[in-house]
Amino acid sequence: MAEKKLMYGNHAIVEGVIAAGCRFFAGYPITPQNEIPELMSIRMNEIGGVFVQTGSEVAAINMLFGAAAAGKRAMTSSSSPGISLMQEGISYIAGADIPVLVVNVVRGGPGLGNIAPAQSDYYQATRGGGHGDYFTITLAPNSAQELFEFPRLAFELAEKYRNPALILADGLLGQMMEPVELSDELVDPNSLAENEWALSGCKGRERRIVRSYDLRPGKLEEWNLRRIEKYEKIKKNEQRFEATDCDDADLVIVAYGTCARVSDAAKKLARDKGFKVGLLRPITLWPFPTDVFADMSKRIENFLVVEMSCGQMIDDVKLATEHRSKIHFHGRPGGGVPTPSEVYKEIEKVLGGAQ
Amino acid sequence: MKKIFGRPAGLTETLQRYCPGCGHGIVHRIIGELLVKLDIRERTIGIAPVGCSVFADEYFNCDMIQPPHGRGPAVATGLKRTRPECIVFSYQGDGDLAAMGTSEIIHAAARNENITVIFINNAIFGMTGGQMAPTTLPGMKSTTSVKGRDIEKQGYPIRVCEMLASLDGPYYLERCAVDTPKNVIRSEKALKTAFMNQINNKGFSLVEILSMCPTGWGQTPVQAKKWLGEAMVQYYPLGVYRDRSKEEK
Repeated sequence: MAEKKLMYGNHAIVEGVIAAGCRFFAGYPITPQNEIPELMSIRMNEIGGVFVQTGSEVAAINMLFGAAAAGKRAMTSSSSPGISLMQEGISYIAGADIPVLVVNVVRGGPGLGNIAPAQSDYYQATRGGGHGDYFTITLAPNSAQELFEFPRLAFELAEKYRNPALILADGLLGQMMEPVELSDELVDPNSLAENEWALSGCKGRERRIVRSYDLRPGKLEEWNLRRIEKYEKIKKNEQRFEATDCDDADLVIVAYGTCARVSDAAKKLARDKGFKVGLLRPITLWPFPTDVFADMSKRIENFLVVEMSCGQMIDDVKLATEHRSKIHFHGRPGGGVPTPSEVYKEIEKVLGGAQ
Repeated sequence: MKKIFGRPAGLTETLQRYCPGCGHGIVHRIIGELLVKLDIRERTIGIAPVGCSVFADEYFNCDMIQPPHGRGPAVATGLKRTRPECIVFSYQGDGDLAAMGTSEIIHAAARNENITVIFINNAIFGMTGGQMAPTTLPGMKSTTSVKGRDIEKQGYPIRVCEMLASLDGPYYLERCAVDTPKNVIRSEKALKTAFMNQINNKGFSLVEILSMCPTGWGQTPVQAKKWLGEAMVQYYPLGVYRDRSKEEK
């Protein structure tokens, strides 16, 4: 029987990462995710894993590059300014086709910003983030339960496609406590198959090289084009979302993470007042669940995008719906968190007075 | 006919694209020989820097990785901590280690990370075309200090061994050179010690090697050797800056 425990979101990530068989963490303290390195330092010691507190986020992501190139599951966590520092490393890791897990507990920005929850790193997460043509698989949990479950999914997707994976949380998800059903099913790191690309010393085989460069004329272009094929496969196979009450809806709220939780409450308020409102929650931000939007936009007249930013995911909604529907927006940037009544008011604005 | 001299098995057959008189080839050969002599080639993972020796991943006949500029010691940490049975070396130039990667090298040394670092100091940026390096001597000309490094405006060079020796962490630090046969032999001895320290789980070893860059210095290979022995060695004295095995005795 699986154990149920009241946990901080940040602690749920730690247990989820360990349950996924990851035994390597390198990171640098930054609010609001400090509970992750703190608990990691204790847990990795208990289970014989590696915990390194680094000199910077730059060092952390490069330690991941090394550990993952050695074929081991490796993760780091940070918050927005720290993730910016990691972009160089993520670009190299993506360029070398190496799977790693990076967790971003997003806070208000730009710059030092503040330590309040935000979703303003959406562009950075879903457009590659660093230099060059690449994408990172990006998962958006909305509960402590998902913070526990998604690390395993993230590692599996990262390894399946040899691609970095991100979990995009926010300060609120990381800091709130919720019951989490801990899985009995733990991944034994020793049970994970050795990769045919991993660095381990060349005994009994050809030597291997992990790198992101190719200076031979035309070769880098070929390499990039092969990677685009991979991305197309990911887009086709891995779109994830949750749709509730969308079948009869006149308006569908689009929101992920914390905003999806708030919007769910707003949807209930609207339904109580007789408005036909649904909620579409993207779970994969990259690949964006475009197919469901393409389908829904044929019958849904209004989408209301709710984000804790100036409006970033809204671009993907517009692209996915190809402007067939009306796209409305409610955003709270700089650490603001919308309330259900606030979102409800936006719904009322679009759909008119009480029905 | 009997072959009496050839490349060691620690180097690949790939043609090395270094300039005539460059010191990288000498150091590559020493490492290639040590991989065989110490019987570690098949369990070694090497790290190539960004700079002229970025192609080291094609030259060393062992598993290799090529990380971002200056981040070798961090990547080495990830590799070594997850595969402690492997021998991990980071090969870095002066731009890589003493400019971009100062934070990574300092913290790896402070943690006494059980890795081997080979630091090639030729006082210039080679690959990008002869710009000023953090180790460019005062008054030395480069494409970004055409009248000579002006210490008033461009500051002083960094002495890496001396800087790292101020830390408690590192196990072994030595500065060598490859300008004369005697110094090449001394470099081999230092590199062997640096690898043996890792094999014996002693911790962080760094060997700085003063190396010629005739192209970047605008000199002939012969002039470059002479200049290294006269000017460079004066600013960067050769010798052992840390050897904790002495303290253990």
